[in-house]
Amino acid sequence: MSIGLVSLTLLALAAAGYFIGRARAVSVAGGDTRKLHSLAGFYGQSVFLFAAVPSFLVMIAWLLIQPVLIESRVSARLQTTIGPDASMSLVMADVRRLAGAIDRIGSADEVASLTPEALKARLAGQGVAIGGAMTTDQVAAANDYRALQGKGRLGMTVVAIAVALAGMALALGRIRADYRARNVTERFIMVLLIGASLIAVLTTAGIIASLLFETIHFFSLYPAADFFLSTTWSPKFGGGSDLGIWPLLWGTLYVSLIALIVAVPVGLMSAIYLAEYASPRVRTWVKPAIEVLAGIPTIVYGLFALVTVGPLLRDWFAQPLGLGNSSSSVMTAGLVMGIMVIPFVSSLSDDIINAVPQSLRDGSLGLGATPSETIRQVVLPAALPGIVGAVLLAASRAIGETMIVVMGAGAAAKLSMNPFEAMTTVTVKIVSQLTGDTEFASPETLVAFALGLTLFVITLALNIFALWIVRRYREQYE
Amino acid sequence: MKDVLTENAVTSHTTKISARKVQVFYGTNHAIKDVDVEILDKTVTAFIGPSGCGKSTFLRCLNRMNDTIPSCRVEGSITLDGENIYDKRVDPVQLRAKVGMVFQKPNPFPKSIYDNVAYGPKIHGLTRNKAELDGIVEKSLRRAALWNEVKDRLQTPGTGLSGGQQQRLCIARAVATNPEVLLMDEPCSALDPIATAQVEELIDELRANFSVVIVTHSMQQAARVSQRTAFFHLGHLVEYGETGQIFTNPRDPRTESYITGRIG
Repeated sequence: MSIGLVSLTLLALAAAGYFIGRARAVSVAGGDTRKLHSLAGFYGQSVFLFAAVPSFLVMIAWLLIQPVLIESRVSARLQTTIGPDASMSLVMADVRRLAGAIDRIGSADEVASLTPEALKARLAGQGVAIGGAMTTDQVAAANDYRALQGKGRLGMTVVAIAVALAGMALALGRIRADYRARNVTERFIMVLLIGASLIAVLTTAGIIASLLFETIHFFSLYPAADFFLSTTWSPKFGGGSDLGIWPLLWGTLYVSLIALIVAVPVGLMSAIYLAEYASPRVRTWVKPAIEVLAGIPTIVYGLFALVTVGPLLRDWFAQPLGLGNSSSSVMTAGLVMGIMVIPFVSSLSDDIINAVPQSLRDGSLGLGATPSETIRQVVLPAALPGIVGAVLLAASRAIGETMIVVMGAGAAAKLSMNPFEAMTTVTVKIVSQLTGDTEFASPETLVAFALGLTLFVITLALNIFALWIVRRYREQYE
Repeated sequence: MKDVLTENAVTSHTTKISARKVQVFYGTNHAIKDVDVEILDKTVTAFIGPSGCGKSTFLRCLNRMNDTIPSCRVEGSITLDGENIYDKRVDPVQLRAKVGMVFQKPNPFPKSIYDNVAYGPKIHGLTRNKAELDGIVEKSLRRAALWNEVKDRLQTPGTGLSGGQQQRLCIARAVATNPEVLLMDEPCSALDPIATAQVEELIDELRANFSVVIVTHSMQQAARVSQRTAFFHLGHLVEYGETGQIFTNPRDPRTESYITGRIG
């Protein structure tokens, strides 16, 4: 059975469980539902949850584990037959591809009777390209692979349905008039919610772990001191590269700084206008309009930087001032990125300014202060921690931005003060180090992980700092 | 209560604020209807009445705080020393410097005690140097009977004071701009009896310099601190007169019902 069908079956079982459980609860109470501890529906719900949740978990676990097991069994069998210089992963890729395509070119017996060359031709006719030379062993392995997959799928179906039935039976057996189905359902749902939040936490942990693992690998190949202290970045794929982080970090910080110089005043002032001056009607129109900026894909901003802002800055500022003649520059990327993060600053600051109690404004206005004096001297100081938080959030957004930098600032790693020169950032270099036909174990590739981890630590520190500021000063009013 | 009333005889008969046929609308809701009132100089005037009767709304008309509410519209005339405060030439910001306000809930700014009091004098440029400003701050805090409690910690946040101290800080802040009229919107409703007594004593002292208008829900408080009382009901000014007369011999049956606790 396919996964979709199994899922449907499980759901159908659970749904049936709901109605059976409900009916059973009613009959246990002798038709008088007031005698039950919980509403009849809760008994049904408890049966539903016991039938559905464990069986789905079993199914998911099975789906995760099965490929690993099959892979190891098939490759163990192939191990003895392939030559010492062939790569196991490439051979296995062929086997998998073959196994997936067998159905399309005929029955298993027919495939087995074909010579490897004929098979390869048939496969090519179906648009399936096989890398290495086909051997009969591989064809046999592919058939094995298929058979194991089929067996595994059957096993999964049987086990999942069995678990569902067992859960159902268990839950049904527990139904009594005084069985606290409502509390059990509540507990079950709580466990489910905890599980959901754990997934997010575990994913983060997993990301950090994988970054950390590869970074350690990188530092075993390349000295950490050079990485953190060297001021040259010149990866050579033949080896002997300089992989100093400073030019990239400098580019990142420079671009982000310009972005913030653009975004903070504009965002803050528009937030003040929206929160303090705008009439409700203007507000309902302008606020979503600004937030649309946040919804534009960054690649579109990149295009804007590439074709409009870059040439404009070059022709009107950089060349007349003699500061350079490149249309990619830190300034281009910074300006466009600044526009991109305006909504982060303005939308958050607007909410924060609105959260300042009206009584403070009244107090100040009641003393004969003008609205702008009130904002400058009372509202903004009270909202400051939140605004700082908003700015830092925008900063971490800017630091992590890639697309605008690729298209606006170029890819040259340079340490320079001139804002009209092309520079590049950490994120851009992560992309360019990982895309390309290089061996995955060289320091030139692995440096991407070290860069990623450094970036992660920087933005994490910024976020923690932002949270700390917000918490530290939150109790200023109220 | 008799003694208290005679002690609080009206000492002035100059009209400070005069309202004629004042109407207030919140959108389509007619909140104040045809209110005529003469508020005397150097007198404490109390506004009493059940919740929602419009006494706070009327109070906020007297320094045009209602301007900050977009849906609010005021008609009729209100004059301060003979000048219509709703005239186009009058700057509401300047007006509010002359007609100070203390709110129901203490609302100290998130600044130091000193800066809270110095706020008004600073924005109005009332002082030439730091020494004068220090003088105003001290004088205002003394007037608000708070100086002795805070003189050693003027630079600590005003929000760190107790509720009663915060309210007295707000009063100090209001008197620091040297207003001619002080409006108080239920200034004691968030305070305990001891702090209330302190604030009431303070109001009585403030009468020497200012005309004070106080909105209150406590009839005892109105009787204790005011010389004149206005009773509002459903947006109408039902009765206005000397506090003693209102409380001992009300002319209107509605006033009598309210002060004896039958409506409210």
